[in-house]
Amino acid sequence: MSVGFVMLVHEALNRAEQVARHWSRKGCPVVIHVDKRVTRADYTAFVKSLSDLDNILFSTRHRCEWGTWSLVEASITATRLMLKSFADVRHVYLASGSCLPLRPVEELIAYLQERPQTNFIESVTTEDVPWTVGGLDAERFTLRFPFSWKRHRRLFDGYVNLQRKVGFKRRIPPGLVPHMGSQWWCLTRQTLTAIFDDPDFDEYVRYFRRVWIPDESYFQTMVRLYSANIESRSLTLSKFDFQGKPHIFYDDHMQLLRRSDCFVARKIWPHADKLYDGFLSDSANIMTGAEPNPGKIDRIFSKAVERRTKGRPGLYMQSRFPNQDWENGKTSAQYSVFQGFAELFEDFETWLGRVVGARVHGHLFGEDRVGFSGGVEVFSGALTDNAAIRDYNPRAFFTNLIWNTRGERQCFQFGPADNQAINWFMATDPNAQISVISGAWAVPLFHSNKDFSEIRKEAARLQKIESELLNILRSPYAKARVRVWSMADFVEAPMEPLQTIIDEIGARSAHRLTAAPRMVSLDGFGQFLQNLKNQGMHPHLMGDFPTGVAGVQNRPEPGKPYLVK
Amino acid sequence: MGAVSSYQLRLQRKRWRIRALRKRRELSEVVNRTDKIAPKDILVFSTLRNERVRLPYFLRYYREMGVEHFLIVDNGSDDGSAEYLRAQKDVSLWSTVRSYKRARFGVDWLNWLQRKYGHGHWCLVVDPDEFLVYPFCDTRPLRALTDWLDASSIRSFGAMLLDMYPKGPLGAQPYREGQDPFEIACWFDSGNYMIQKNRQFGNLWIQGGPRARAFFPDKPERSPALNKIPLVKWHRNYTYVSSTHMLLPRGLNLVYDEWGGEKASGCLLHAKFLDTFSAKAEEELRRGQHYANSHEYKAYDARIKQDPDLWCKWSEKYINWRQLEILGLMSKGNWA
Repeated sequence: MSVGFVMLVHEALNRAEQVARHWSRKGCPVVIHVDKRVTRADYTAFVKSLSDLDNILFSTRHRCEWGTWSLVEASITATRLMLKSFADVRHVYLASGSCLPLRPVEELIAYLQERPQTNFIESVTTEDVPWTVGGLDAERFTLRFPFSWKRHRRLFDGYVNLQRKVGFKRRIPPGLVPHMGSQWWCLTRQTLTAIFDDPDFDEYVRYFRRVWIPDESYFQTMVRLYSANIESRSLTLSKFDFQGKPHIFYDDHMQLLRRSDCFVARKIWPHADKLYDGFLSDSANIMTGAEPNPGKIDRIFSKAVERRTKGRPGLYMQSRFPNQDWENGKTSAQYSVFQGFAELFEDFETWLGRVVGARVHGHLFGEDRVGFSGGVEVFSGALTDNAAIRDYNPRAFFTNLIWNTRGERQCFQFGPADNQAINWFMATDPNAQISVISGAWAVPLFHSNKDFSEIRKEAARLQKIESELLNILRSPYAKARVRVWSMADFVEAPMEPLQTIIDEIGARSAHRLTAAPRMVSLDGFGQFLQNLKNQGMHPHLMGDFPTGVAGVQNRPEPGKPYLVK
Repeated sequence: MGAVSSYQLRLQRKRWRIRALRKRRELSEVVNRTDKIAPKDILVFSTLRNERVRLPYFLRYYREMGVEHFLIVDNGSDDGSAEYLRAQKDVSLWSTVRSYKRARFGVDWLNWLQRKYGHGHWCLVVDPDEFLVYPFCDTRPLRALTDWLDASSIRSFGAMLLDMYPKGPLGAQPYREGQDPFEIACWFDSGNYMIQKNRQFGNLWIQGGPRARAFFPDKPERSPALNKIPLVKWHRNYTYVSSTHMLLPRGLNLVYDEWGGEKASGCLLHAKFLDTFSAKAEEELRRGQHYANSHEYKAYDARIKQDPDLWCKWSEKYINWRQLEILGLMSKGNWA
């Protein structure tokens, strides 16, 4: 009692020869089906190269095309030849020319010996299959597919859509419950002969001839009719990517394949010399007796698929440049934007840095230069403080900065005097935490020593810009966590808003803030606003500042740097 | 993209092909070993001028990667480059003394050679100072990549130009023949690249790196393009439009994903900034044979004279392709 291998071969004949020879030498009969598209000369040479081995047979050749019945037909012909010619074969193992045995054949034989009646075939109902290509699963069994998917894609798709519209449905033969799964199986003689000798065999064949990709469904469905002893998994390690194309193994997968403890893997790159030499040599015959465990390989390949379909959030690069709203993360990490804080508090940046332990920049979008933390000229990723380069592509500058500093939260000051080009970008970015003290831009003007007419003009300009930003932040499209206080409200009770912001950032110290930053002097600010009003401008973003009152009542006494609550 | 603009691009493609046909007369065959090219060989196409000292390492690098044949146009070298190349068994050589500029910086010549010899092959178009790095290049030959691209029905492979530079003045460490240039120029900028989409051709336009930072701080829009698509399964109807930055038909330029995923891509390590650079910059400035009135070389010349160090505190030292992958400069895509 042993296992026989049916090999479907269409390319890399030299590798197929190597593998067939390996199995045959270990006493396992091999039946090879060579695709009819292989030239006669190549075929003859291939047959000749294996002519010294009498337990290798060649079955009638069919022209095989992906997704069609021909592949099943080839395996049926070859399997029948196997069952007829080698009476002692109990399990038939379907393999391809690019399969490679990873464990000694003796181990496979022993494994199957212990499970003499078990059929190893992945067989899942169509509702439970997540991996179909082109969204066709149940419809594979109910529509007609006269056009080649590879060569006439448009006709194929068009005809499918037409049938959907018309509501056409094929009748599934009674008794059949469509199942699907990997086309690489290992079935018992009992099951196979039951399939082939069934009086309805021809009817089923007629039905499956017109099913889409029958090699993933014919045996998978039929086996359910004749056997209750089914292990729904393939003994062949075979991974598919998001387009339904098999992942390929290379020399550098050697260790991974060894540790997988799978019996056979596909598909192997034909030039992977190390893999072929390593796994086919006699020294590879270390018996482990372990259960197949493809978990680690699964993880690597599913990661690859995820990288291809989702990518790394917030990364913009030569092979990932998502259209708007397809970014899967506009930026790679959370960041905080502060507008008006540095104007209202002395040394706000230092204070913030101390409290939250993040990187705190000045005005990154400052008019004349980029205000990197510490005033440096070059920052992470070799970004420079040059305003012209930044303004050439502000979005690239900003996403680069956030990407380059992954793992460290970025905070920066913003204001109406800065470049406003990325307002929409930030407002629609869920990673942004934007806190605005509206009208605080007036404080530096208030302290400046400019002509009042100039101040008035500048105030009007800044107010207009800030209003626009506030409109954006209030738009229904905004996804950032936005907080806006009017300056008057903020000055009234600064601790609470600060505490909220800091808590949200997730500061180092969980306990409550004990010290607020020192506020700049606002003596006479109310009068300053009144003067602006008197000049015909209407400063409204600050909120209501009482005129005559000197600044705010609860600001700290002079000489006492911190407010202790 | 409407039918009209699509047709305009078709006309443009034909125009470049006819131009290549016309410019073929400027090439004279020095040695033609193209009969040795086997059907599945990977080919390198290159134009060069006075690169003798770089050639041995260049050829070795790509031979070890699995390139089977080199097709090279020598644009009037007088330093022995032609003699050296002629003696190589896997090189076919053409020479011309005609204007590099008027052959659209060599594109016309190579378009012709590719049309004639590249059809059906994977073709890599690189300058002698460009070194391809792709995912798993330390364990898998180039053939593994092209087989995978074939199996995935991908026709072109993008590799951004990554400018490499030494620490200290450019002239401080002289380059010896045969040496790995990245023993000297092993630093690069990791995260200051700016990308825009070219709507007409569908390619990305990438700028930035040390050249934008050091040479074009005032006119960043003029800093050189870094996007490249050097590896293409060539068809005789294809044509490069401008250097290897973009191709026609425009579908070949779609080497990036627009729906959030990452396609596989590589990098072209650019060993331009070696001690040979200042001499080269001066010569090219004199010849005026480069893009847009050689404004690039003018900027280099001005800067190199006052402060030749491109290195900064945030420069990254090159280790391997995995490092570039982690930094987000290239990607494995779904190749695993």
